[in-house]
Amino acid sequence: MAAPSNNPPLLEVKNLRVEFPTRRGTLLAVDDVSFDIAPGEVLGVVGESGAGKSLTGNAIIGLLEPPGRIAAGEIRLEGRRIDTLPYEEMRKVRGARIGAIFQDPLTSLNPLYSIGRQLVETIQTHLPLSTAEARKRALDLLKEVGIPAAESRIDHYPHQFSGGMRQRDVIALALCAEPRLIVADEPTTALDVSIQAQIIALLKRLCREHSTAVMLVTHDMGVIAETADRVAVMYAGRIAEIGPVHDVVKNARHPYTKGLMGSIPSLGVRHDKLAQIDGAMPRLTEIPPGCAFNPRCGLRGQRCLSERPDLMQAGASRAACWLHDRGGVGEPIPSDGAKELADA
Amino acid sequence: MLDPGPNQFVRLDGLKRYFDVSPPWLVRALEGRPRQIVQAVDGIDIEIAKGETFSLVGESGCGKSTVARLVVGLYPPTAGSIEFDGNDMGKRRSGAETAALRRRMQMIFQDPYASLNPRWRVFDIIAEPIRAFGLAQGKADLEQRVGDLLRQVRLTPADGRKYPHEFSGGQRQRISIARALASEPEFLVCDEPTSALDVSVQAQILNLMVDLQKRLRLTYLFISHNLAVVYHISTRVGVMYLGRLVEVAPTETLFRRPKHPYTRMLLDAIPDLQMSGRPRTPVAGEVPNPLAPPPGCAFHPRCPHANLRCRTEVPQLRAHDKTLVACHAVEEGRLLLH
Repeated sequence: MAAPSNNPPLLEVKNLRVEFPTRRGTLLAVDDVSFDIAPGEVLGVVGESGAGKSLTGNAIIGLLEPPGRIAAGEIRLEGRRIDTLPYEEMRKVRGARIGAIFQDPLTSLNPLYSIGRQLVETIQTHLPLSTAEARKRALDLLKEVGIPAAESRIDHYPHQFSGGMRQRDVIALALCAEPRLIVADEPTTALDVSIQAQIIALLKRLCREHSTAVMLVTHDMGVIAETADRVAVMYAGRIAEIGPVHDVVKNARHPYTKGLMGSIPSLGVRHDKLAQIDGAMPRLTEIPPGCAFNPRCGLRGQRCLSERPDLMQAGASRAACWLHDRGGVGEPIPSDGAKELADA
Repeated sequence: MLDPGPNQFVRLDGLKRYFDVSPPWLVRALEGRPRQIVQAVDGIDIEIAKGETFSLVGESGCGKSTVARLVVGLYPPTAGSIEFDGNDMGKRRSGAETAALRRRMQMIFQDPYASLNPRWRVFDIIAEPIRAFGLAQGKADLEQRVGDLLRQVRLTPADGRKYPHEFSGGQRQRISIARALASEPEFLVCDEPTSALDVSVQAQILNLMVDLQKRLRLTYLFISHNLAVVYHISTRVGVMYLGRLVEVAPTETLFRRPKHPYTRMLLDAIPDLQMSGRPRTPVAGEVPNPLAPPPGCAFHPRCPHANLRCRTEVPQLRAHDKTLVACHAVEEGRLLLH
């Protein structure tokens, strides 16, 4: 399942920086983010709301909402730089090479067109097929994503489908032109657990069969643990930790990841209290100097207040934390997360 | 149907709520369409003891939020009764008597962005129940009470001067909890109080709720779709499917030895964070359209154990060890129980 590491990466993101110019100054929403995805690999990107995970995904598919813009860094797909492509060129890449799945299946589908028509239109935009051939392909896709009675359902409209079935339609749309990469932004968040399991199983099977790479953006660590090969944990616009999913889930190296894993209630063991990280993620206007996590961190030292850690090797993963540097965190200081919470 | 326990604090008896979702009269007349009724809650019996946390779980559209709203009186029931500390809530009372009862139950809503008035300062939001029920003696007492409430939810009295938009989602949910506690209630109905929050913030709110329950001897009716959260916080759990309870059991029993096929399916569908390699059993099918619920047991189209009886006869909740379960297969011993 794990992706071979000697292949050239399918997607390379280097030092990506996304900014929002506002009246009160420029907000740095994604700050110096680098990662790559190998062909056929599933990279999970996890983080709390506002961590910059969706913006990273949107930057890759070229759909940043203005005034958001890529301020620095580069994005390469199959070696070709895509972040500087003109709009029309990017349109061809999007859909053909990169597919996108969004959280809410109802807003990703046009309510005025039948599912079949939307599929045929997308197929013909990217592939040189006649309408009859495109319709045949649309039908095959609907069968592949598990729509029962696809022959009759193909002419139905989005409102005639249930939430889970709509998300299957959206996945079929994303697969139309056999993209090499799918950016899936919270694909199961709007769905019930029983349906969520179906959609995850479907995504996994399709990726295996088509060796499509997936960037899976979600806040749900359970979904990541089940689906991803590697996972990147984001905090305040930066990657806090990145590594093989098993290592990150079972043996987290960054104090934030540890806290995050501890705060998820789990079945099986019942604790009186959940481990909690005090405070909240800082607003983009108030990111502290040094390590962005330092006000909430129980293990911080003087160095964390002034020097910002980059990703460094920590076991099988890489973590942005001075604990894993030879120099250490410096003079330890007790966390004042509780106090800041009270002051907030 | 269930034995009336001696110390039952809240009792729902045969509670039903139907909604008329018919098209307008003229459309019906022109197109010859019948009335359409959704049986959102279709006969529910629950007893909640003082000091416990009773949770209702189920997928969207199963009627769990409707039960929450019925209990606090936001909807009148179509049939059945709600008894609160021995008082039938459906009985006609004078305004003062109703207020005295209502003061003792409060609700926390899912969306902390929608449930706080953006034009009011936090102080006034929290002071409103105190003023409405006339609990404070003078201005100084009011300020004292609001300050205490804010401290109780780990905010500061100074936060009272701010507006809701100045707070994060988790802090707003703290404000909602402070407001709910303002009337000194004994019973809190919490409708998905953490599902709009990030996990680390969810842990803070859940810890706070457990803490407050111990300190103030609160009773909770907790509504959630998140089974892990329910497992963490509840004393007993009821599983709902299409307006009915399919299983009620103490938390450990329900999660260790689930009996109803739907409960088992829900538990199997939870993503495995322990990475034990346990295969997730993808469940076939989806929740049926509540406008046209299947006859017999509503779960039968998705149930691997359904037979002819399941397709025709609605199963009733029956005691089975410590569990109440509504399933013909369990009753007949057709289902292998662990």
